Amino acid sequence: MKKKTRLLDQLSMLLLLFLSIIFIFPFYWILTGAFKSQKVTVTLPPEWWPMSPTLENFHKLFQNPALQWLFNSVFISGMTLIIVCVTASMAGYVLAKKRFYGDKLLFSIFVFAMALPKQVILVPLMKLVSFMGIHDTSWAIILPLCGWPFGIFLMKQFSENVPTELLEAAKIDGSGEILTFTNIVMPIVKPGLGALAIFTFINTWNDYFMQLVMLNSRTKLTISLGVATLQQEFSTNYGVIMAGAALAAVPIVAVFLLFQNYFTQGITMGAVKG
Amino acid sequence: MRPKKINKIRMRETLVSYAFLAPALLFFLGFVLVPMGMGVVTSLFRYNMKGMTFVGLSNYIAMFQDPVWQKSLVNTLFLVVGSVPLTVFFSLFVAALTYEKHPVTRSFFRCVFFLPVVTGTVAVTVVWKWIYDPLNGILNWMLKSMNLIQRNIMWTGDKKYALWAILIILITTSVGQPIILYIASLGNVPKDYVEAAQVDGANDLQVFWRIKWPSLLPTTLYIVVITTINSFQCFSLIQLLTSGGPNYRTTTIMYYLYETAFKRFEYGFANAMGVVLALIIGAISFVQFKALGGDVEY
Repeated sequence: MKKKTRLLDQLSMLLLLFLSIIFIFPFYWILTGAFKSQKVTVTLPPEWWPMSPTLENFHKLFQNPALQWLFNSVFISGMTLIIVCVTASMAGYVLAKKRFYGDKLLFSIFVFAMALPKQVILVPLMKLVSFMGIHDTSWAIILPLCGWPFGIFLMKQFSENVPTELLEAAKIDGSGEILTFTNIVMPIVKPGLGALAIFTFINTWNDYFMQLVMLNSRTKLTISLGVATLQQEFSTNYGVIMAGAALAAVPIVAVFLLFQNYFTQGITMGAVKG
Repeated sequence: MRPKKINKIRMRETLVSYAFLAPALLFFLGFVLVPMGMGVVTSLFRYNMKGMTFVGLSNYIAMFQDPVWQKSLVNTLFLVVGSVPLTVFFSLFVAALTYEKHPVTRSFFRCVFFLPVVTGTVAVTVVWKWIYDPLNGILNWMLKSMNLIQRNIMWTGDKKYALWAILIILITTSVGQPIILYIASLGNVPKDYVEAAQVDGANDLQVFWRIKWPSLLPTTLYIVVITTINSFQCFSLIQLLTSGGPNYRTTTIMYYLYETAFKRFEYGFANAMGVVLALIIGAISFVQFKALGGDVEY
């Protein structure tokens, strides 16, 4: 009996490793494909490792404004991150710690809106953004994404950890509302802010649909959208596309690996509970 | 005297609170609530490049009678029904195998299964496009080397396989978050219960079904809901891989909405689809909140 479970364990572990290879494969293939010549990328059997690495794909890639695309992605994700972190931490704090008229109702509306996919309001959003005159600019993505209430929800969860006695003590000491927030609340919710920052950055970076609808001009594209455009233009040149995909994926994967603990925490805290 | 004073304090708290909420509310009103309202209102209009005319519910009626919309609904439901159970099963399997491992091993696997999500749909699809490529792709080559098929198969161009091809990619980009959630909640199953059951002579399977599974239920429900919502919104994969073809075999509601709005410029009709999709998803979320009662702890 014991032996049988041991065997089962080992088989499951083997299956797990096999699945891991499948999941790592796309990323690995992008990285290595970027350095293969155009001919090698379509040979069969595939060349598992670039035997004669070349930079020709990157030369072709940089004939497009690829660095500009990369910059646009960084700018859009970074700006969204900053605005979301500021507005969500303020809103989350009062929703968690203050009793005021309309607090329950407001929170329910946020939760309800969060369940709604933002894609369904994409057409009106596009119209609104055109009306504001910011269509085809980075702001067309940044501003709408800042309206999404997930951050508020997450920061409310983290703000529940702030001890009420501490806030009362601060009040008795004569600390103003803003000082209380910056000096007492902020240090306690810092891990939450880290989680929200990394979460927002990655989601914004990869929000392909939004970018597709909002951006047109070649120099305004993000790196993901740029790669998708290249894929339409060079449909068979896998080398160039892989180089572009590498440029899109490597920075964001690096960010994820560096901050993955924050990220995991954000996902588990943001889950339900509330 | 007393209630009046409390009211005054509450008033002050309300003012302060709304001051703190103001920036977030501004964005929320401007970029979520207002567009939502606009979407609902314009779904009642024939609304295109030429202008707007009020047509009542005729967009909705036309939609339910539209054979392409019906097809998209069926395809979308196929993806939902296919991905939800597989995602739950797959992520539970991975989480159960890894949650008691060394923290480094655990976070290694967490990263591995999250990798496709972080890499991004566009980059991941580039590789899958090559995998499925009928001439130069690795899938046909492997199956042929193993003598499983004789002739090349057009994975994304054949009506029989196209939606399955999408489903597989969809699952690899859906399990990341559920695995993280399951690992977290498996770690929170009270150890005493498990030990008590083992002392009483329960085997691993019994421990799992009787002790662990019930305490995983809220997490499972949550995962079911987010996976359902995600699958309902499946768009990027389709747009990048098949453009809805062959012959609308892989057109999802979201893709059809996109095509209607941004290729045919029928905004009113597209908004009607958006409203119906939102209602479907809203109903699912409502069921979740009812079922959960809102007291899950991680």
